[in-house]
Amino acid sequence: MNLLLEAIQWLFSPERLEGSNPIPLRLEEHLFYTFVSVAAAALVAIPLGFYIGHTGKGRDLAVGLSGAARALPSFGLILFLVLLIGVVDVQLQLAAITAFVLLAIPSILAGAYAGIEAVDRRVIDAARAVGMTEWQILWKVEMPIGLPLLIGGLRAATLQVVATATLAAYVGLGGLGIYIFRGLPLQRYDEMLGSALLIAALALVLDGIFALIQQFAIPRGVSAGRAKDVRTSSPRRRPETAKAVQERRG
Amino acid sequence: MIEFRAVTKRFGDGTVAVDNFDLVIPSRQITVFVGSSGSGKTTLLRMINRMVDLTEGDIEIDGDSIMRKEPVALRRSIGYVMQNSGLLPHFKVIDNVMTVPTLNGVPKKQARDQALELLDTVGLSRSLADRYPSQLSGGQQQRVGVARGLAANPNILLMDEPFGAVDPIVRAELQQEIIRLQRELDKTIVFVTHDIDEAFLLGDQVVILEKSAKIAQVGSPNEIMANPASDFVANFIGTDRGKRALSLKKTESGTILVDSEGRGAGVLVGGPE
Repeated sequence: MNLLLEAIQWLFSPERLEGSNPIPLRLEEHLFYTFVSVAAAALVAIPLGFYIGHTGKGRDLAVGLSGAARALPSFGLILFLVLLIGVVDVQLQLAAITAFVLLAIPSILAGAYAGIEAVDRRVIDAARAVGMTEWQILWKVEMPIGLPLLIGGLRAATLQVVATATLAAYVGLGGLGIYIFRGLPLQRYDEMLGSALLIAALALVLDGIFALIQQFAIPRGVSAGRAKDVRTSSPRRRPETAKAVQERRG
Repeated sequence: MIEFRAVTKRFGDGTVAVDNFDLVIPSRQITVFVGSSGSGKTTLLRMINRMVDLTEGDIEIDGDSIMRKEPVALRRSIGYVMQNSGLLPHFKVIDNVMTVPTLNGVPKKQARDQALELLDTVGLSRSLADRYPSQLSGGQQQRVGVARGLAANPNILLMDEPFGAVDPIVRAELQQEIIRLQRELDKTIVFVTHDIDEAFLLGDQVVILEKSAKIAQVGSPNEIMANPASDFVANFIGTDRGKRALSLKKTESGTILVDSEGRGAGVLVGGPE
């Protein structure tokens, strides 16, 4: 209990805004790494995920790869990439961000293709039958309905990166991890715990923001009057909404 | 007029869904494909708007081969109504109806006015325009599906078991609506069902299909009922048994018609001319 109090004291001490390691600066770095990495990963993973979800091609490969990638040890990956790409300042940043991007891709990829796969096949069939082009099906049907799951993927990726960005400090790139790696050899447990609390709080805040966005992303018709679906007496499987998939996944 | 010429469809796995199929579908009438599952009736229907591409042969619409048309343009020129309505769940009713005109570049305002009129045409209140499909009953959804099919004012309307998933009372209503719409709008309707009663009720021309879309008999309901071409047809339409095989029976209270089970089915009013 004492340690926790000390950690909080450390965190809220006015000194945290001064010196060579002010929290706002490190927070800014941390957020910078997180957003740049997630954005870069999204640029790669969203088009790829849409392609896989729309065409059904390469799905098994994507499932396998993202499963394997989730098991990558992040610390090892960062060190490996730093050794591979270089230790000069810019290269160092590139190496670290590359590692974060690789860690973020699987979640976003899975969110993108799962979102599209969750769209009822009969809805897509009908859209095609009335004369939508494949692009129109993707933009007007699959994307809006699959959006909540895609945002879920971005949410998971952001959480993963915001936690992992702590390791940037180990290779001298700053971020909120700097207090942990500085406190470790000095056995400054208040500092280590205090900064860990800060990182956890940051993760929770980002997660909360994404949870909100995800709620708003559910298309109105999909969330409205869902209970009435029960009345259609189709013997076939009921259309699965993004929300239902989300709930099942927990 | 839609003309099937020696049309064959083989799927990738070697299944022959349609084998050397010839048929003329006359304009401004309802033609019904009827058969049990696996008879290839839906495949036949979906070949008309190239949702399924044929392997051999040709289909012509008013003398033009569909193979020379771009699939997307072809589909927009043909109405399509499917089972479970196939409405876009995230579009309001009105936007679902407007889908095809909007894709064709009709100005929003004009498309919306037309769509509202179509809601009247299919017997839906305009107050439903801003609801989402999930807020409607199955029968209402199906009416929206029909309105969407009519939105681009196509000459041809394809209907793939449109009333398969609604309850019998609503189905009977919708069937009457189709008969009424056909009278008012004079469309060429191609209708797929597995229900022979529905086929006889709606069809000007009924096409009874066996496996691999082999035609067992084509004709008006009267022709088929009076002269089933084979045992298969007689069995399928039920003239050899049940409620369509009626005979006269004298009872104490008068002469009545009975079905093959001997249950009273009605009376004969007016003799044959």
